[in-house]
Amino acid sequence: MTFNFAMQAIDHIINSAAKTNYMSAGQISVPIVFRGPNGAAAGVAAQHSQCFAAWYGSCPGLKVLSPYSAEDARGLLKAAIRDPDPVVFLENEILYGEAFPVSAEVLDPSFVLPIGKAKIEREGTDVTVTAFSKMVGYALKAAEILEKEGINVEVINLRSIRPLDRATINQSVRKTNRLVTVEEGWPQHGIGAEICTSVVEESFDYLDAPVERITGADVPMPYAANLERMAVPQIEDIVRAVKRACSRSARGK
Amino acid sequence: MAPSISTFRRAICTRVNASRFLASPSPFRNFSSSTEDSTPFTVDIAVPFKGHKIEPPPQVVETSAKELMTFFKDMSRMRRMEIASDQLYKSKLIRGFCHLYDGQEAVCIGMEAALTREDNIITAYRDHCTYLGRGGTLPEVFSELMGRKDGCTLGKGGSMHFYKKENGFYGGHGIVGAQIPLGVGLAFAQKYEKMKAATFLLYGDGAANQGQLFEALNMAALWDLPAVYVCENNHYGMGTAEWRAAKCPEYYKRGDYVPGLKVDGMDALAVKQAVRFAKEHALSKGPIMLEMDTYRYHGHSMSDPGSTYRTRDEISGVRQERDPIERIRKLILFKEIATVSDLKNIEKEVKKEVEDAVAKAKESSPPDASELFSNVYVKGYGSQVFGCDRKHSTATLS
Repeated sequence: MTFNFAMQAIDHIINSAAKTNYMSAGQISVPIVFRGPNGAAAGVAAQHSQCFAAWYGSCPGLKVLSPYSAEDARGLLKAAIRDPDPVVFLENEILYGEAFPVSAEVLDPSFVLPIGKAKIEREGTDVTVTAFSKMVGYALKAAEILEKEGINVEVINLRSIRPLDRATINQSVRKTNRLVTVEEGWPQHGIGAEICTSVVEESFDYLDAPVERITGADVPMPYAANLERMAVPQIEDIVRAVKRACSRSARGK
Repeated sequence: MAPSISTFRRAICTRVNASRFLASPSPFRNFSSSTEDSTPFTVDIAVPFKGHKIEPPPQVVETSAKELMTFFKDMSRMRRMEIASDQLYKSKLIRGFCHLYDGQEAVCIGMEAALTREDNIITAYRDHCTYLGRGGTLPEVFSELMGRKDGCTLGKGGSMHFYKKENGFYGGHGIVGAQIPLGVGLAFAQKYEKMKAATFLLYGDGAANQGQLFEALNMAALWDLPAVYVCENNHYGMGTAEWRAAKCPEYYKRGDYVPGLKVDGMDALAVKQAVRFAKEHALSKGPIMLEMDTYRYHGHSMSDPGSTYRTRDEISGVRQERDPIERIRKLILFKEIATVSDLKNIEKEVKKEVEDAVAKAKESSPPDASELFSNVYVKGYGSQVFGCDRKHSTATLS
């Protein structure tokens, strides 16, 4: 079922799976994959819409992956199953119905993706937008809109929440000098918060504008359609944040 | 060894012989009673109660013409409401999840006949009729289902999150089994506050195997809490039949050291008798477990056709042999309380009530945008709350 129900078993995910290899000094490893839909579907209200990426992503001993495309789903799931550590695999119910083009290489039975590596979904020069799962699609659509307004967006598909590919993110920001993080989950202590801090720690001098975050609203998920629309990121939110990040000219120029 | 599927299906469709109604001795003339007549008479409960570590209540229950007419009207209203909800869901006016209760009406009607609003009811997500039974109105139901501001939870909860605290209805819960320990907590509060009232916590056969049920039951029994566990056994947890899910599908026995009673959940009068009996027990001795043998005509939810794990014959068999509304109709006609056309008129009235309520709900507007940030806390201490773009949408929580 969805990760919302995993909360009833979360003690085991953390205390029996994540910590065991460490507590047993390597005697007992837990090569398990927990997979299921994560985040909001449509109209399923407060108890069925939570995004668990940040909670699981903060836990040492766990690996946390989140696919966007069909290629991600195939390559990352195989990697997760082969991995000797507990992996939380956060899928998305809405994406189950979306089709993606795949290459022959992806369809090959031996296709596997590395854990801990993000993918540059779209190369750009003006601003870096990070996202995972369904938000990657939204970021790509926002990039198309912004392209017409002369802003060239680089979209990073995180793929791996933990370990987080800090190197790829920082390398991108050192090139573009601006960062917008996008996620469906709640803002406080979220994925964007960690990414922002990582960039401030490692690439402070390269930032030409404050880091922007687009997240789910800081409320339990409402049912009414108009309120729900305001509680989950929309493409226009990403566009607006990118424009803000690009509105300052570079420092020292 | 698991019972065979055919035995299982036959058990669900057991015919109730209508002539059992003749057996009730009554000192009162039982023909030409007015529909408002509250003069009590007794009726036999056809299907025997089964007790676990307890002597079951008598198989005869007191009722009146007025009560039977109320049962008929209220259950017909509930039935119509669920059918209308089915159509609204298919027209995409209801989104997300929608779990319908048609077939199970006798459980909440029978319960309400034996309880007061001081007693509490808490249930899972199949809550539309339970809400109506606790004094909710049709427009509140339809508005909530369609996400409008006149809904019982301002459109913010949706189908699974109906509440009416002032009438002792505590929801409306989406995570299977979670409402059970909450219900025991409500019972604890009633005992602590020295109220002469009990909490009826409802769950399904799917939730009956959950650990939290037993943890909470242990506490209820240790502390003699007025908690009544009510398993609405409709024989399928989503698509899993009870004999595939539970080693012991005799849910009234699962309380082990807590006594239990198996009840024909399609017979509103049997439910009333059992619930009254259970409340007395809960108030004087402590927890008791009721198993309501009931059935849902719809699938688990609107995304489930309900026919991949059970046969259409089984569904129509139950409708023919055990429908709770037909049961009461036959009794009313037999007792000559009302005529066939009287009852048809009531059904027409109720259909109109439902149609009017749907129309009214359609006119209700969605909740105001400011409701996005309301009710996060009771006391916000002036903290800031953020929308998706924190620089574009923010508010202060008072």
